[in-house]
Amino acid sequence: MGQDVEISGVGMRFDEVYAVRDINVHIQAGEFFSFLGPSGCGKTTLLRLISGFMDPSEGQIKIGGKDMRGIGSNNRPTAMIFQNLALFPLMTVEENIGFGLEVRHVQKVKRQKKVEELIELVDLHGTGDRMVSELSGGQKQRVAIARALAVNPAVLLLDEPLSALDLRLRNHMRAELRNIQRRTNVTFIYITHDQTEALTMSDRVGVMSIGKLEQVAKPDVIYNTPVSSFVASFVGETNNIDGQIIRVDGEYAVLKTVTGSFLCKNPQHMETGETATIFIRPETVFLVTDPNAENGLICRTRTISFEGAYAVVTMTTEQGQIFTMRLNNDGTAPRIAEGENIKVGFSRENAFLLKTGGTAIA
Amino acid sequence: MRDFWNTALRDLGKIGVAYILITVGVWVVFMILIPQLIMFDYSLRPMLPLRDIGGPKDVWTLKNYLVFFSNRLHMAIFFKTIWSSLIVTVTALAICYPIAFYLAKVAQGAKVGLLMIGLIIPYWINELLRLFAWQIILADMGILNQLLIFLGIIADPINFRMGNGAVILGMTYAYILFMVFPIYNVMESLDKNQLDAARDLGASWLRIHYKIVIPHAKPGIAVGCTMTFMLAAGTVAAPQLLGSPSSFWFTQVINTNFECANWNLGAAYATVLMLLCVVFMFMMLKLFKVGLKELTQ
Repeated sequence: MGQDVEISGVGMRFDEVYAVRDINVHIQAGEFFSFLGPSGCGKTTLLRLISGFMDPSEGQIKIGGKDMRGIGSNNRPTAMIFQNLALFPLMTVEENIGFGLEVRHVQKVKRQKKVEELIELVDLHGTGDRMVSELSGGQKQRVAIARALAVNPAVLLLDEPLSALDLRLRNHMRAELRNIQRRTNVTFIYITHDQTEALTMSDRVGVMSIGKLEQVAKPDVIYNTPVSSFVASFVGETNNIDGQIIRVDGEYAVLKTVTGSFLCKNPQHMETGETATIFIRPETVFLVTDPNAENGLICRTRTISFEGAYAVVTMTTEQGQIFTMRLNNDGTAPRIAEGENIKVGFSRENAFLLKTGGTAIA
Repeated sequence: MRDFWNTALRDLGKIGVAYILITVGVWVVFMILIPQLIMFDYSLRPMLPLRDIGGPKDVWTLKNYLVFFSNRLHMAIFFKTIWSSLIVTVTALAICYPIAFYLAKVAQGAKVGLLMIGLIIPYWINELLRLFAWQIILADMGILNQLLIFLGIIADPINFRMGNGAVILGMTYAYILFMVFPIYNVMESLDKNQLDAARDLGASWLRIHYKIVIPHAKPGIAVGCTMTFMLAAGTVAAPQLLGSPSSFWFTQVINTNFECANWNLGAAYATVLMLLCVVFMFMMLKLFKVGLKELTQ
């Protein structure tokens, strides 16, 4: 059974530099929680703090209600799956999986039984006496999962374990991981820089920028209502337009930009005169025929890349602003050619204003 | 085989291949084969006055070897040399394993460099001078005795150079580097995540070393032990300078034979010592379940 992980006010300093700072999040027992962020954002540090390879410089980590300070990784109810898996190359699959039990002095018969159960769980029958070097990437992955689950952890920590796999296998393992998590009901804490991975697998996602936690929410909430420019730009594709607020109207505000004025949602309740950025997802941009439609802009198409289910149209406005639109390949979209002038628009419901700055690499 | 030559010719050219063949050939023939064969040949001939060499009395015989196996004192010294060299090897391993682990997996950045220099600096000085230094430290009125007397631990100086203690100490000190580097080299290549993973799965430090580090470091340990043992069994300087009459080393017996102009007996003794070292090396390989190929990693 999983246990909850309570991270309060956690900060970690290396020399004088904070790798993570002021992290507060309560991960529920049995939850699949992902920390999503670019490399160098401190997510691995956070994972190592939870697993007990080091103690935080400040703040507290509780697992199952118990303060973990001073408790080493060998005595915490956690198990970690490393980015490079860190399987023991001189041992067989069975020995790898049974390692945690062996060092806990579990009797050989009992150990054998548990190892067999796990081999079954991760779908590895018939590989027990092979050396790990003889296995394929996906099989190694499974051994790592089984080895970590062998010690009956309450919390499983996963450090981008799928990053080395090819796309097909990665998709497969995602579903597999989710499945194993549901079956075992262990709390999974997953770290990744891959938004698709985080969004598809997790119950909740915590988006991290450099050393700090920007937003914790369900995947759809993160995607649809990001709370900062960083989250909006890091998770999913966006069109951004910078400008200044000239009028606030209830939940909405009008932003004056070089390409025109646009009416958008104003979730941060910014005031008139503030500088802000509009974020618009490419899939919410549409072709406009009505000349009086709100939030319309004239663009010249530059490239159209056909992706199968949809096409991505990259355009520039008269002022040189780059804008992208996704057209679904459902037979309703009119044909567009490269280099054509078109009018596109977006609804005020799908465009949101956020404080400018702190965006992830666009 | 033909492929091998074709690839070599393509990659290195005729001059490259010739250069390698000549240098390796010279080394193997002149440095290894000829000296050893000459020594072996000497060991099988009786010691004769100059005028009889090449004469009818100059025939191959096992007499020199029989002298060794029938001389109780020399046999005793031989076995004592083995035993003492083993002690040197084990002591050096006990000291060097933690140093190598620390260097390879714990220390970071400039610390590694400093420690490396610290290990190498003593080797800038000639081995004989280093042994003289130990002589001075261990002398009756040497630094160590004076220190112990000053601290009130002993009243009268201890004769450290009685027995084998000083020789073993001096040798362990002299060969530390030969033990540290091979072990350090293999430990370097151990993925640190494996240590973390083992720790995370609940293993104590002792277990991590027993189950993960030592199995990985085996080839290095085997090389280090073999080199240290061979150097210890084969040195003449350390027992000469640090030993007492009671701590006669087998190499000293060999040396005496040569000095007494009985080169043939000396050669036989030297062959015995060489065979011992070869046997020891294969025992190490067997003990650590390492193949000859892995040794060269």
